[in-house]
Amino acid sequence: MTRRSVPITTAAVLAGAFAAGALVGPAFAAGSITVASWGGAFQAAERKAFFQPAAKALGIVIKEDTTNGIADVRAQVKADAVKWDVTEQGSNTCAQLQSEGLVEPLDYGVITNTKGIEPTLVSSHWVGIIYYSTIIGWSTETYGQNGPQSWADFWDTKKFPGSRASYAKPYYNLEAALIADGVPFDKVYPTLETPEGQDRAFAKIAEIKPSVAVWWRSGAQSAQLIKDGEVDALAIWNGRISSAIKDGAKAAFTFNQGVFDFDCLVVPKGAPHKALAMKAINQFLAPGNQALLPRYISYGPVNLDAFETGLITPEQAAQVNSSPQNAKVQFVLNPNFWVGRYDKLQERFDELIQE
Amino acid sequence: MTTIAELPGRALAADDNAAELAADEKRERQGLFVLCSPALVLVFLVVILPVGWLFWLSLYDAHDAFTWGNYTRMVHSGAYIKTFRTTFEISVVVTGVCVLLGYPLAYLLSQLSQRLAALGMICVILPFWTSLLVRTYAWLVLLQRKGLINEALLGLGVIDHPLRLVYNFTGTVIGMVHILLPFLVMPLYASMKTIDRDLVRAAANLGASPVQGFWRVFFPLSLPGLFAGVVLVFVLCLGFYVTPALLGGGKVQMWAMRIETSVNLYANWGAASALGVVLLVVTLAILYGLHRLFGLHRVLGPS
Repeated sequence: MTRRSVPITTAAVLAGAFAAGALVGPAFAAGSITVASWGGAFQAAERKAFFQPAAKALGIVIKEDTTNGIADVRAQVKADAVKWDVTEQGSNTCAQLQSEGLVEPLDYGVITNTKGIEPTLVSSHWVGIIYYSTIIGWSTETYGQNGPQSWADFWDTKKFPGSRASYAKPYYNLEAALIADGVPFDKVYPTLETPEGQDRAFAKIAEIKPSVAVWWRSGAQSAQLIKDGEVDALAIWNGRISSAIKDGAKAAFTFNQGVFDFDCLVVPKGAPHKALAMKAINQFLAPGNQALLPRYISYGPVNLDAFETGLITPEQAAQVNSSPQNAKVQFVLNPNFWVGRYDKLQERFDELIQE
Repeated sequence: MTTIAELPGRALAADDNAAELAADEKRERQGLFVLCSPALVLVFLVVILPVGWLFWLSLYDAHDAFTWGNYTRMVHSGAYIKTFRTTFEISVVVTGVCVLLGYPLAYLLSQLSQRLAALGMICVILPFWTSLLVRTYAWLVLLQRKGLINEALLGLGVIDHPLRLVYNFTGTVIGMVHILLPFLVMPLYASMKTIDRDLVRAAANLGASPVQGFWRVFFPLSLPGLFAGVVLVFVLCLGFYVTPALLGGGKVQMWAMRIETSVNLYANWGAASALGVVLLVVTLAILYGLHRLFGLHRVLGPS
């Protein structure tokens, strides 16, 4: 390059950059939000069912991130460095965040797609997004098609001998323990609210403890356990075991006495794009988008109007945990029980499961 | 005792020299200190300050009120006490197994010819270049109920039911020994290489049998390297997170796992900070205890 050609080259490069910028310009001007979810196959399913249709409908860019739980939201809000506009969290986490004042109130003037949602899932600072269940799954190599059909069966190591696996937190475990001990569904939480009730639940868990080979900590680990045939029966999230069976795992499950729970969406306090976040949440809750979720993963739409759009096939409905026929045999978890009690119960649980 | 200064005729010269020598020594010490100061400042900023902040954080609870609760919880809560016990049990067992396996290996490597020893050391160091996570998962593939070891033993008819080799204490120890063994072998090998072979030959010359020669001459000389390795492995065990989390099946909970749980459980960093501070203090106490018993300065200097 000669000395005279350098300024010409520079001018050409700059002109090219401006032109490129002008072409890309409109996309940036349209707006973007960041949504955080649990990652992996779960988030891939949500991407196809919720994020992409919402981005198209609103003409914005939806960037994604992953969350590991309540500590992320707390850390961001307390450090005043919030990078998420919407995040999905567990039901008790949403209630906890609301009580700690770390989330923005939701704008129900914008979020109008709440008609088909259970009223208990529509709160001032959070709204349900999907239903998931913790159900009993088993290895068909050990039990064939006749695995444990109830929590009492799960606890019965004479009728169903073999190893077990359960979630490493007291969440779902305490409820399942009381149901296995014979407490009717509507008496479970009144019982758990008393110290004697909690003692009873922990004593029941101590009963099954010798058979529990693994206390799993993540959905992926539970799916791996059943795929490897490491345990004979386990408590597992229904979407995970459905995917594992689709991948060829020799397993089966039942929705009977499954613990019915939900995930919810929150907007962290100080989110950069609050107004757009509300619009996006409204899109995620639209019956048409909610009906797309069962195609990709067996978690249930929280907006039950989705079952009337005609987009959910009967095969999908049989696998999905929130379809009417599956929902009625399950036990509905109450996240408000856990707010404020979680840390003490978790520590007691940790003391019990350690050896 | 009569000092040089007190001998008649030498008093004058000794006095002048002593003052000058003392001044020179002081200046030399100051010079060395100034040379060290950039490193000291770095250590202060990157280590002392954050640990001090951690300690300060641990004194406050979720409502930003001053409290000793984060520390008293450790004494009262059964979960924490069990975790402390498990952490020390595992650390002692893993260190012991590493010594039993690592000492003969290091001894063998130190006695081989240059080329074979280099080859051997490569085999010891090679696992370092593989990710820790991959190695831990590899143990799962070997040890699980339908893993390679159980299938092989069942196929050979040695056992009737699969052995529970993983998701418990045993699996955790196996995984941790595999990962920490190089940390013992390397300092031990380095120390053994410096032991003069002539000393053992001299012992033979004086009538010692090979076993006596080893125990009474070679082994005591290798102790500094052994202590370096033991200290390294033990302290690493105390803070280990990934392998117990994956291979312990939720039943083996170590200190670092408890820190992680505390971060998620409590609305502030207090509980986790307190655990971190206690871990640091306990580690320093153990190092100090080992130093008093065995003299860790010998590890750094010539034996």
